[in-house]
Amino acid sequence: MSTPKGREITISALKFDPRSAVSKPHFVDYKLEETPGMTLFIALTKIREEQDADLSFDFVCRAGICGSCGMVVNGKPTLACRTLIANYPEGKLTLMPMPAFELIKDLSVNTGKWMDDMSRRVESWIHTNEVHDISKLEEKVDPDIADQTFELDRCIECGICVASCGTKLMRPDFIGPVGLNRVARFEVDPHDNRTAEDYYELIGDDDGVFGCMSLMACEDHCPKHLPLQNKIAYLRRKLVSLR
Amino acid sequence: MKINYCDALVIGGGLAGLRAAVATQKKGLNTVVLSLVPVKRSHSAAAQGGMQASVGNSKMSDGDNEDLHFADTVKGSDWGCDQEVARMFVHTAPKAIRELAGWGVPWTRVREGSREAVINAKKTTITEDADRHGLITSRDFGGTKKWRTCYTADATGHTMLFGVANEALKLNVDIRDRKEALSLIHENGRCYGAVVRDLVTGELEAYVAKGTCIATGGYGRVFKQTTNAVICEGTGAAIALETGIATLGNMEAVQFHPTPIVPSGILLTEGCRGDGGILRDVDGHRFMPDYEPEKKELASRDVVSRRMIEHIRNGKGVPSPYGDHIWLDISILGREHIEKNLRDVQEICMIFNGIDPAVEGPKGWAPVLPMQHYSMGGIRTKPTGESQNLSGLFSCGEAACWDMHGFNRLGGNSVSETVVAGMIVGNYFADYCIENNVNIPTATVQKFVDAQDNYLNELLALNGSEDIFRIKNRMKQLMDDKVGIFRDGTRLIEAVEELKELLQKTKNISVKSKVRSGNPELEEAYRVPRMLKIALCVAKGARERTESRGAHYREDFLKRDDVNWLNRTLTTWANPNDLEPTITYEPLDIMTMEMPPAFRGYGAKGMIIEHELSEKRQNEVDEVTEKMEAEGKDRHEIQHALMPFDLPMNYKEKNERAGDK
Repeated sequence: MSTPKGREITISALKFDPRSAVSKPHFVDYKLEETPGMTLFIALTKIREEQDADLSFDFVCRAGICGSCGMVVNGKPTLACRTLIANYPEGKLTLMPMPAFELIKDLSVNTGKWMDDMSRRVESWIHTNEVHDISKLEEKVDPDIADQTFELDRCIECGICVASCGTKLMRPDFIGPVGLNRVARFEVDPHDNRTAEDYYELIGDDDGVFGCMSLMACEDHCPKHLPLQNKIAYLRRKLVSLR
Repeated sequence: MKINYCDALVIGGGLAGLRAAVATQKKGLNTVVLSLVPVKRSHSAAAQGGMQASVGNSKMSDGDNEDLHFADTVKGSDWGCDQEVARMFVHTAPKAIRELAGWGVPWTRVREGSREAVINAKKTTITEDADRHGLITSRDFGGTKKWRTCYTADATGHTMLFGVANEALKLNVDIRDRKEALSLIHENGRCYGAVVRDLVTGELEAYVAKGTCIATGGYGRVFKQTTNAVICEGTGAAIALETGIATLGNMEAVQFHPTPIVPSGILLTEGCRGDGGILRDVDGHRFMPDYEPEKKELASRDVVSRRMIEHIRNGKGVPSPYGDHIWLDISILGREHIEKNLRDVQEICMIFNGIDPAVEGPKGWAPVLPMQHYSMGGIRTKPTGESQNLSGLFSCGEAACWDMHGFNRLGGNSVSETVVAGMIVGNYFADYCIENNVNIPTATVQKFVDAQDNYLNELLALNGSEDIFRIKNRMKQLMDDKVGIFRDGTRLIEAVEELKELLQKTKNISVKSKVRSGNPELEEAYRVPRMLKIALCVAKGARERTESRGAHYREDFLKRDDVNWLNRTLTTWANPNDLEPTITYEPLDIMTMEMPPAFRGYGAKGMIIEHELSEKRQNEVDEVTEKMEAEGKDRHEIQHALMPFDLPMNYKEKNERAGDK
């Protein structure tokens, strides 16, 4: 079977190198032929190989698992690797780097650094004084509780919720939906012995759970469909009683 | 010149590297982890189906233990593995999984009572005992005697990676991402760290350490069709190779996974078949029982992949614009099961192919085709994880040839190896760093930094006619076409020759942008020659190995040849200007094996050229076992008598199980 010729599409990408004295932010249009099942991963790789070897962007798994490739596509933050060109009937995609993160170059932003800081702020690890002998049977966990913890542990820290967040625009130090979800995750986990008071110390202010304006673009755009709205509301109810 | 000093340097921030870093940090060493990408984005995150450990909690895994896991691993390896290392591994795996549970990995748990499962395409009821309720459960995977693969739905690597990365954060491990090691600093046969390029600023720095551990994963991206992430280019193993001292082991041992989705190559986990999914051909016929009546879809990966291609060659493939493929049908597992335990699989099918695999009938079948998936080969190490030749260089995880996988890795044994090797090798690595000093002149460090600095300038100054992207894509196509699942002498000879030509051509490229930072083409310019060296190790190793063992399958030498080829391939790059590696072999000693070579129990029968010592050793093993059993010795004592092994920390302690009498 042969593949019929695909339509011509236009990818318009923002280019800017903050490290260069002469670079100014500008868009560059790339035209290419669409192939069946083409994603932005395939399109951008092709552009780099054939048209512009200088175009910077980030991909790792190209399967929607690692969270590396968040960018703003036609105004909406999304994972580029899961963006199918076929879903854009007008055949034009405008790409911009995600806001809220430090720009490295073109479409590449430093989400890693931001997520590291966030993880330290919410102390994103199990807090316990118990020492478990690993040659002995593991602690039993209710299967439903394990499932609930897993649900919230599915976050891939892609930063799309932060890039979508209205509160983040107004409060630069806002911990973001991702940070609040982390707290919600450890709050469910029976291995973590932290109390509501401990979590209050971490996120009980306007840069934390009380800052959220409930605009909920985070949940709209979350590629993992995490229940951010519910979980933020739950944490707020729980922690407001400690105020 | 900027020199960063630390006690322990770990290159690679996936599961293996991070777990090793936890080990060194816990022993009081100042540890630095370098990673190409933010560590939580490492390829470890893509491991879906699970981690093998013989915890034996659930009904279908009851009675499991280290001995069964060991036997499955050795058979899986087609007797190519180091049995001592396999023993070290299976004994530590239950401890690793329990440690991870304590670090917050939300392992799916046993639920008491009855549930429906699909086994051999039939609905079966499994009833779990009340006393196991809440313990870690496991699913079925290929090539295993018991259901041994522990999991968190189909996002196991992701939850494990976050658990270990969070633990590293808690311990204040110094993690630096967007850093790439370009060469190893070494003198008088000892490794002292690496020359490192910052991928944001382009700056070169030296990292000098008492010991260096490479945990950079596999080399799948030297192939075109691969499930591997784009960063799995084998450059970590390549910089070890480029020392001219460290050796790489069994580079021709490359695994092809049966069920990546077509055409993107994104993996659909073995858990699909482990949970009861089946393979169908163009007629909708379930063909695997015709070839493998016993294990069917759950023979080892090398066997299933070959059977699929064989069936396609028999004219039973499904035609598509991307060539022929096979169907994977998981709809028989039911929507509820898929949406809970195979959710990422469903999402991948829907987003990339517009297929909902929970829909019954042909509409829900996913197109799959075997593609490159795992690198059994890597930096050859001793059981401690230290290079056999370059002191102070350690390696663990997929980057290493430690060698517990031999010529074929079992599903679920890779993420398991990452954390287990992180624990074992990490501790031996820490001890090395405690016992040894840094005593290298600054001038030597400067020499290594200057060499890379000059190399980058030379690359930017090149003004040739070749295009680095074209060279890279040609290499990938060549590896797929001539060094793939089915290999033969003629095509392997051609592959080696053309790879050498391609390596020559990399000296005649030109890099369009001349800046030293934010220049993706420059990165390709220095990575592709290293990838080509790795590809040459794979192709030449495959050309020389005139037998079929595990995933290495020669159509001109169909038998496993224990008489001539019960050995490990070692490759070195003796001289920087060489165009191909130098190959030597390390023999495997049958007389020290706990399990001498035999038939695997799956794959074609009568395809072994047996070694005379196999039978001799088997008789010895049987005698010792019988005698000791009569004396009332337990399985641990018998095992020790047959093949003793050591472990660091308290990892040698017996693993408690719910089913212990």
